[in-house]
Amino acid sequence: MLMRRVFTRPQKGRIFWQRLLDEIQGLGIESIGIVAFISAFMGAVVAIQTAYNIDNPFIPLTMVGWTTRQSIILEFSPTIISLILAGKVGSRIASEIGTMRVTEQIDALEIMGVNSANYLIFPKVVASVLINPVLIVLSMWMGILGGWLAMGLTGLSTTTDYINGIRIDFQMYIVFYALLKTLFFAFIISTIAGFYGYRTNGGALEVGQASTKAVVVSSILIIIFNLILTQLLLT
Amino acid sequence: MIEAKEINKFFGDHHVLKDISCEFEKGKTNLIIGQSGSGKTVLMKCLVGLYEVDTGIITYDNRNFSTMNFEQRKNLRQEIGMLFQGGALFDYMTVEQNVMFPLDMFTKQTKKEKLDRVNFVLERVNLENVNKLMPSELSGGMRKRVAIARAISMNPQYLFCDEPNSGLDPQTSGVIDQLIKEITVEYKITTIVNTHDMNSVLSIGDNVAFIYNGELWWKGNKETILHTSNKELNEFVFGTELTSRLKK
Repeated sequence: MLMRRVFTRPQKGRIFWQRLLDEIQGLGIESIGIVAFISAFMGAVVAIQTAYNIDNPFIPLTMVGWTTRQSIILEFSPTIISLILAGKVGSRIASEIGTMRVTEQIDALEIMGVNSANYLIFPKVVASVLINPVLIVLSMWMGILGGWLAMGLTGLSTTTDYINGIRIDFQMYIVFYALLKTLFFAFIISTIAGFYGYRTNGGALEVGQASTKAVVVSSILIIIFNLILTQLLLT
Repeated sequence: MIEAKEINKFFGDHHVLKDISCEFEKGKTNLIIGQSGSGKTVLMKCLVGLYEVDTGIITYDNRNFSTMNFEQRKNLRQEIGMLFQGGALFDYMTVEQNVMFPLDMFTKQTKKEKLDRVNFVLERVNLENVNKLMPSELSGGMRKRVAIARAISMNPQYLFCDEPNSGLDPQTSGVIDQLIKEITVEYKITTIVNTHDMNSVLSIGDNVAFIYNGELWWKGNKETILHTSNKELNEFVFGTELTSRLKK
């Protein structure tokens, strides 16, 4: 019922575009720092752990780059970063809309004749679906870059081996698979958070509870859909 | 004129509004008074459609609000302005953007026309040089005045005010009351004010409806309210130390 009100044509196109840009800024651009930071360090850790675990002289050091690339692109960037975004962006959406509910700002929109569900939630969903893939691609780059930096600093592998490794048997399909998962996860994060925020009733305590529920439920759904999509797309 | 006929509202088993029928006249400030929890806010929310009534009819100048679909209500709501208890200003917008919001959403005016209208209504509520301030930078009284400015920016035919004086000192409350009264007369609006502030009742109560335990218990005006023999209303009116001393 709520989602039917969300996914309707915006009442005023110009205002929708303005809100969309604001949401891309708030939900996406402001997440670049944390995404880049976590990805670079995780990439470094994956590369170091892989390098330390290769003690068989028959396994070439190019495996470090290959393993880092596969781990980052297949799982870490789309799933783990989406879980992190579920926490950061999901709680932001739920608490923002929840606070608007308890301070009667949503009632004010309704009284004016504005479809508040569409006005508040739709730009966030569109912004998430548009910007999250960009964040995930950034995360992939940063993860692989982090691995390369770690190899350079520790001397566990050479730049040549690492770069050769990340080039071995590269299939564009794994990026497509990762981005498709990201789209699903972005949709889950924004709609679940919007739903819990919009349904908030009460005061500050309930806003906190809505925010927590949004993060927990969207995280669980991300994990479940990760399994389903992996089964569907990689088999 | 707004008419409510035999309105009933339940929350689960709790009968909140019981067969309420009343009329709210145009060009007058119509007050709904009652103790906290008596049902006056629920009544107001039913009148504007934020809650659906279980039975009964609400009409706006003979237009049946109760049977309107979403689109029809949306159109009617452009004739409604509402002042909420806390102001309900949009936190992420400046004062100017808040007041301009309904104009942006529902008119095709140019930027200059909208800005002129914003400045006009802000001046009307005695606010100047606040256009670029955020709601968090305003005092309680100023927030209420900005909310009034936003409510009247579209030239509404109906103005609803939910406890406009809550959280304000008596002097600022008086200013807000007078502003509501002036706007009502000036623009010939049907104004409905929810309050339990007796100062408001005595200064702007052209029509007063007293709600008690979800029932319309008494109807009158600011002149007759002090001379009623209605026991529950007397307890409400003279319930404070100040008013009981004045009565003595």
